[in-house]
Amino acid sequence: MSSASMSAPASLQRRRTSPLLLLLSLRTLIALFAVLAFFGATAPNFLALGTLVLLAKHVSINALLAIGMTFVVLTGGIDLSVGSIVGLAGMVAGALIDVGVPLHFWNVTLFPDVPTVIALVLAVGVWVGLVNGLLVTVLGVAPFIATLGTLYVARGAALLISGGETFPNLVGRPNFHNTGFPVLGAGLVAGVPVSVILFVLVGSVAAYVAARTPFGRRVYAVGGNERAALLSGVPVNRVKLVVYMISGACAALAGLIVASELVASHPASGETFELNAIAATVLGGTSLVGGRGTIWGTVIGAFVIGILADGLVMLGVSSFWQMVIKGLVIIAAVVLDQAQRRLQRRMAILAQAG
Amino acid sequence: MMGDVILRAERVGKVYPGTTALQDVDFSVRRNAVNVLLGENGAGKSTLMKILSGAEQPSTGRLFLDDQPVTLTSVNEAAAQGIGIIFQELNLCPNLSVAENIFLGHPTVRYGVDIDSRGHKAKARALMSRLEHAIEPDTLVEDLRIAQQQIVEIAKALARDVRILIMDEPTSALSATEVEILFRVIGELKAAGVAIVYISHRLEELVRIGDTVTVLRDGRLQATAEMCAVDIPWLITQMVGAMPAAHTTSATRADALPLLSIRDATLRNTHGGYAVDHLSLDVMAGEVVGLYGLLGAGRSELFELLIGAQPEATGVILLDGESLAGQTIGQRIRAGIALVPEDRQRDGLVQCLSVADNVLLASLWRFLSLGRIDVAKQREAVTRTIRDLQIKVSSPDVEVTALSGGNQQKVVIGKALLTCPKLLLLDEPGRGIDVGAKAEVFRTMRQLAQDGLGVMFATSDLKEVMAVADRIVVMAGGRMTGDFPRALATEEKLVAAANQGAAAAAGMIP
Repeated sequence: MSSASMSAPASLQRRRTSPLLLLLSLRTLIALFAVLAFFGATAPNFLALGTLVLLAKHVSINALLAIGMTFVVLTGGIDLSVGSIVGLAGMVAGALIDVGVPLHFWNVTLFPDVPTVIALVLAVGVWVGLVNGLLVTVLGVAPFIATLGTLYVARGAALLISGGETFPNLVGRPNFHNTGFPVLGAGLVAGVPVSVILFVLVGSVAAYVAARTPFGRRVYAVGGNERAALLSGVPVNRVKLVVYMISGACAALAGLIVASELVASHPASGETFELNAIAATVLGGTSLVGGRGTIWGTVIGAFVIGILADGLVMLGVSSFWQMVIKGLVIIAAVVLDQAQRRLQRRMAILAQAG
Repeated sequence: MMGDVILRAERVGKVYPGTTALQDVDFSVRRNAVNVLLGENGAGKSTLMKILSGAEQPSTGRLFLDDQPVTLTSVNEAAAQGIGIIFQELNLCPNLSVAENIFLGHPTVRYGVDIDSRGHKAKARALMSRLEHAIEPDTLVEDLRIAQQQIVEIAKALARDVRILIMDEPTSALSATEVEILFRVIGELKAAGVAIVYISHRLEELVRIGDTVTVLRDGRLQATAEMCAVDIPWLITQMVGAMPAAHTTSATRADALPLLSIRDATLRNTHGGYAVDHLSLDVMAGEVVGLYGLLGAGRSELFELLIGAQPEATGVILLDGESLAGQTIGQRIRAGIALVPEDRQRDGLVQCLSVADNVLLASLWRFLSLGRIDVAKQREAVTRTIRDLQIKVSSPDVEVTALSGGNQQKVVIGKALLTCPKLLLLDEPGRGIDVGAKAEVFRTMRQLAQDGLGVMFATSDLKEVMAVADRIVVMAGGRMTGDFPRALATEEKLVAAANQGAAAAAGMIP
């Protein structure tokens, strides 16, 4: 992927850049290197390859959620249901592997193989996303409320599947031909965890779609000026439907990875994950009003949050302080974002005024 | 030569809940011609245009394209039939670049998915040079001035191969030079066989470029004619029934101290030049000062500097002898300056609030008693404003977006007046509103001057400035290049003065 394809519409290269502005626009990247350098110096073995691979693995789950979230936020919406979809996806996978699909009429139980399980779970995620999208577009519910509703419904559904119990030991049985589920969370390809590979894959495709395809352009247009987009012939409702479906699919994939890592699915898994995903998105420079932000920014944002969490743990900082620090970092990111925007605006206006 | 009819509306009507916007209107669009559509606000022009462009469907009547009946269910479908439209309100995505906006609805792609950005930029650049504007395709639309955004809007329509191009007030934000360029482009399109539907409130413009004219009044067809057979008074009579009132003069006291004194006001731009270049000016109470100039002359910047929106500006500003140095916008409003901004949709109104809430927005501090808002006093002030300015609205609680352009403009003026200003600044107060509403707004401005306010308004319309101002100040390239009492001003002198600083502005308008 060339550097040009990584830049989304609002890239900095088209601006007349001052050093300060350049510094501000690269702040997420600078923050990334700063936290890397800090923990590299203070936490023992932080920059060892093993630690970094583990870090990428930790980050991948939040990053997947945040990538889907970024599409939604770019249109000016928000998806609060992703954490619950993580839980629901895990439970659906667990049920399919441990319990199977009982067909009472023939008195048999179907045990789908793992690729089918994955496909079905992803379909569940897309379906919840579709419901979100229909609520937002057809019924005109505010995205915050629509997805708050599905947050509860999906969580409740996850609990109902097992009556609140955990599905343990998701390894499948050889005679049922449904083994291999743990590969998602624990498998390695050429020494790289499968989850990290999935994350890189999804991230690259998402970045390309956002920056270079007509669909991506429409996402930005809807977030920037919905009416203008509509009058330019952009199918606004369809774009909105699709972004929620993308977010649902990303969340379901994250849920599969979580369940696979634990080799068990618990109905409460993924609680508050939506907040981490929003944090990564905002930290990466995506505006909650819509129309501004990049997938790469979000990925970097997810890494900053992940490095902070892992690094602080390795330094033995209490989890209470970790939360305080995370909060401060998010606020600082948004404050800097505003400062950059003001500066850009002033320079642009001055540039036009001559 | 005017060609045959390409698009025809037959007895179309449109009913909205509560109102009939359009009733039994016939309208023919001819090839190789500029088909003018004329009417006051609320006469049904916009509704008819929306029907022709597929944005709305008629409640009654039919459309014929090339003599075949058609139903246009969306803007996209109309575009596929070769019908393009430039809407009056700017419909651009501020977060996207010029090129991205132009090709938003119909991107060219490689391999079915990959946007051809380079091709878009090249085509956008070609369109910009056709429109004779040096706007970089990579510039974000939010960084453009309104006039430049309008150029982008026009380019966006031209980017599609249109057979019929509908233009709703395309010149409302353009300066005289830019209007000439646009007319040249319209001429080319016409020669190439495109049918143009043209809507504008600037009657001189219509008479110049129009081939046929259709006048609507109150949602009905009032008259159709060949443009060469009619003149401006006839058009006005058809539109409103009678000529709008001529202005009245107000008496200024020459001996009094100036209400506003500007000395050496300076605002730099990033090119190392000046947006406002060491400008000094006095405005008396009771005086209407017209600030004439071309796009980029620094008029808007001067107003922003006066209201305090440009903290980097230097120079001395005295209001009633008091220095405004270091005061914030809020403090200056309380000191007695009010600004009615150029873009009232963006800077002047809160779209989701009611007329009453908008009117009160800038003066809430006046209605506080014991830390709470005095509702009765407020209501009285709103009612008085609506009555004094003759804002046509059924109730103050109506959302401000429901009002016509002229009435929205009056709401913004009313908002400014409630702050009890001594000096009222209006940036392009006549932009985008029709003859009748314009006359009323100007009458209001003159009335306010008679009541003792200093009124300053910026415009790029010669007729407007000649008709309304007591004194005309010309700006070019940030400097004051002329200061005429109206009695001594002629159009030639004003144009000459406005072009004096053209070299300084050449960086932007080549």
